[in-house]
Amino acid sequence: MTSTPSTTVRAQRWLRENLFSSPANAATSLLLLALAIWLGSKFFNWAVLNAIWGQAPVTTCNALAGQGACWAVVADKWRQMLFGIYPRDEQWRPMLAVVLFCAVLVLSALRWFWHSRRLAVLWVGGSAVCAWLMAGGLGLASVPTSLWGGLPITLMLAVYGTLLAFPLGIALALGRRSHMPIVRAVSVVYIELVRGVPLVTVLFMASIMFALFMPEGISIDKLLRAQIAIILFNAAYIAEVVRAGLQALPRGQIEAAEALGLGYWQMHRLVVLPQALKVTIPAQVNSFIDNFKDTSLVIIVSIFDFLYAVKQAVVSDLDWRHFFVEGYLFAMAVYWIFCFAMSRYSQWLEKHLSRELRS
Amino acid sequence: MWASERLRRIVYQLALLLLVAAVAGYAAHNLVHNLQSRSITIGFGYLTQESGFDISEKLVAFDPSHSYARAFFVGLLNTLFVSACAIVVATLLGLAVGIARLSPNWLLRKLATGYVETVRNVPLILQLLMWYGMLTELLPPVAEALHLGPAYLSQRGVTLPWPEAHNGWRAALLGIAAAAIFSLMWSRWTQAVQMRTGKRLPVAWPSLLVFVLLPSIAWAAMGAPTDWSQPVLAGFDFEGGKTVSPEFIALFAGLSIYTAAFIAEIVRGGIQAVPRGQIDAADALGLSRAQRLRLVVLPQALRVIIPPLTSQYLNLTKNSSLAVAIGYPDLVSVSNTSLNQTGQAIEAIALMMAVYLAISLAISGLMNWYNFRVRLVER
Amino acid sequence: MTSTKASAVAPVPSAEAGDTIISIRGLNKWFGKYQALRDISLDVRRGERIVICGPSGSGKSTLIRCLNRLEAHQSGSVEVDGVELNDSLKHIGAVRSEVGMVFQHFNLFPHLTVLENCVLAPIWVKKQPRAEAEATARRFLERVHIGDQAAKYPGQLSGGQQQRVAIARALCMSPRIMLFDEPTSALDPEMVKEVLDTMIALARDGMTMLCVTHEMGFARAVADRVIFMDRGEIVEQAPPNEFFAHPKSERTRRFLDQILDR
Repeated sequence: MTSTPSTTVRAQRWLRENLFSSPANAATSLLLLALAIWLGSKFFNWAVLNAIWGQAPVTTCNALAGQGACWAVVADKWRQMLFGIYPRDEQWRPMLAVVLFCAVLVLSALRWFWHSRRLAVLWVGGSAVCAWLMAGGLGLASVPTSLWGGLPITLMLAVYGTLLAFPLGIALALGRRSHMPIVRAVSVVYIELVRGVPLVTVLFMASIMFALFMPEGISIDKLLRAQIAIILFNAAYIAEVVRAGLQALPRGQIEAAEALGLGYWQMHRLVVLPQALKVTIPAQVNSFIDNFKDTSLVIIVSIFDFLYAVKQAVVSDLDWRHFFVEGYLFAMAVYWIFCFAMSRYSQWLEKHLSRELRS
Repeated sequence: MWASERLRRIVYQLALLLLVAAVAGYAAHNLVHNLQSRSITIGFGYLTQESGFDISEKLVAFDPSHSYARAFFVGLLNTLFVSACAIVVATLLGLAVGIARLSPNWLLRKLATGYVETVRNVPLILQLLMWYGMLTELLPPVAEALHLGPAYLSQRGVTLPWPEAHNGWRAALLGIAAAAIFSLMWSRWTQAVQMRTGKRLPVAWPSLLVFVLLPSIAWAAMGAPTDWSQPVLAGFDFEGGKTVSPEFIALFAGLSIYTAAFIAEIVRGGIQAVPRGQIDAADALGLSRAQRLRLVVLPQALRVIIPPLTSQYLNLTKNSSLAVAIGYPDLVSVSNTSLNQTGQAIEAIALMMAVYLAISLAISGLMNWYNFRVRLVER
Repeated sequence: MTSTKASAVAPVPSAEAGDTIISIRGLNKWFGKYQALRDISLDVRRGERIVICGPSGSGKSTLIRCLNRLEAHQSGSVEVDGVELNDSLKHIGAVRSEVGMVFQHFNLFPHLTVLENCVLAPIWVKKQPRAEAEATARRFLERVHIGDQAAKYPGQLSGGQQQRVAIARALCMSPRIMLFDEPTSALDPEMVKEVLDTMIALARDGMTMLCVTHEMGFARAVADRVIFMDRGEIVEQAPPNEFFAHPKSERTRRFLDQILDR
């Protein structure tokens, strides 16, 4: 008797074990099923069956009186939501820039690119092309930064906010573990200060106080101020993740490097940092997901990012005001797709890397 | 390359100090110059001035004649209040969902997972805007408020009948506190009895009884007040009763639901971190699932859970600053109004940051102490 | 680490012919598509000491874990002391209070002291008063020669000491049957003897034991029957003298050649 149990038996067993293993379990299953079906069908009716898809005038939506979703608001305003007030004819440029940006992100995730030179070429090249697409010049019409908005801004704030924060974060992490008291003190104070305060206050500080610290006459672009604030903020969090990686490194690695006669910076560049950073990659990806979500806070200092664009599109337009739910759901879907994809990637990475470390 | 290690260190540190001093000096110089040209003075003296604005929600008395310092204090209380409420609910909800993620019931597991994966991957501010929008746009205006039992739901929030201030009610609150202390002592005592004789005395219904009796006795003893302030529609608002604003509800609900998703993952990770062998041993000894969870799994899981749980509490408190996006008068919101009115940006922002730092240090200090107390004893 | 010579201890007298306490018929167990146990049938008499050996992956651990329902079988029947092992929680509970288990990695509860580890189950499962449970626990801790460590935490003890505590913890439930899953495999060589001696003493007191182990000296000294398993099947079973001197199957011979250097 070496045949496996048949599929129907397996299905019955699955149902028994997973849904009905005990009276309490069975009751829970039935209750949850009833609840799920009731809520699910209501939502499905509203969002799909009774909804208006595609373009439609406000009056048609108003006539629905809440029975169905008015996706027309998205169909009508998606350009505004995604690209802000960028000139309509040139909107293919930010669209292309977003696609290119995502492509660069995906390529960075490939193992082949995990060498500093290739990464540098990819990012510098990618950034240059994106900047050219957005700003213009050299054959494309010039578009000032004041007209930039929407998804490209969100991506830019998140990605450069993390990328450019890395050198500072690594320096802070090394500084925190240093034996020199002043270096350690400065690092600790910076990290604990920045991690102890909300991002909102850092953004306020940047947008309001920056101007006061600059010599008269020099003013920094609002967007740049927010970007710098985000970089300084992320650096502290990156520092803590890198510090965990440094601590996880076996002491023997440093001893072996010192025994070979490597100096401090050589040792860190060739032996310590490559290993420490690799170990913490899943944590860094999670940190990046948080950064990505945090960019939405710039709405508070009136930076025209994706969330600002959505809110502007739906709430400011008096006619479409009542359909902010659909607009926000669209925004949620976009954020969700990005974040979910990245978190799945981070989980996959974790499994992959730990398997590597073991073998 | 260096004459000695010591020399290298001294030089590096001096260089760093000089750099920091140079940057700070340059910034300070510009600051003084810029403030002078705008005739703004530095100093915290403005805090004693009259504020001139009102705060829509307050836990203590406040009106426009009060000082900026008091306004700041009101904002701080609001922050602490909404954070404390949300921490409690988020912990309970997160614990439940975390355990549900490991339930043998497939449906429960999938629903819990769905909740966590949806909430975690959407920015909090967007969730707050959604909640706030729904509460203010989808609820009817005050004149047509929904009547649900004793409560009225409208765009102004949830209005409930509230007892008139009287010592009887304060005594009842004390009675509830006393009842809580009593049930804690009772459960300890029944455990001691069980250790001694093996008999298990009931815990649930005596506690319940006490929770009902003690406050009632206190209330009756202090005069048995029965006056309730009933909300009555008068013009554009309710008079009487107590109204919980949509700002508070949105912030409270948003913070709780968002943070609970992260706490659920921490709880799940902690429970899964308990080695399989512990579960086998508990099973082999014949412990039931509930006993196994309570006596073997949770005590060990708790040690793994507490450090990341602390960061979530800190995150929640910091995230309460998003109140400024929906108009709840928390610390940041009030400070923002003050600095717009007085122009004393540096002082206001510095104060804000100092307060959040103090709260962060307090919470981490508390959790570190608790963590140390429950650590596993090893050689 | 396996010992090749017979233990210096005199062999333990074999069990009286008692009634059947464990009865396994046609047991089959799958992990997904992989079949771990094939058609196992076995009877264990009260007071009998059985050693199960075999290469890794042969299903030895799975077999004894099926006896206290740490693993669930898909077909066949297992009856322990008159109770049929199935999905019924009541049956499982009844079996687990009669069967004690000692694990390869001890699995002591690190947040409880040695004494608390031992009294946990008697208090919460058998509902004994604490004083009675503690008295029993101290008696068993003395029996395994570790009574003076009662207030220590497992993290403060050596591997051999922890395993002896694990044995005492299982004994505190007064089981009729003791299962051992490679109890000495995770121990440093110098600690193996103290644990084996404890198990031999237990056998001397008439405990029914099923022991998965590579310690062949222990088998020779204590076992009434040695069972060899390979790829989920019972290949051969015999009293130790016969088993080691005249293995019948080629697979058994190959295994013995690997682990004994004769």
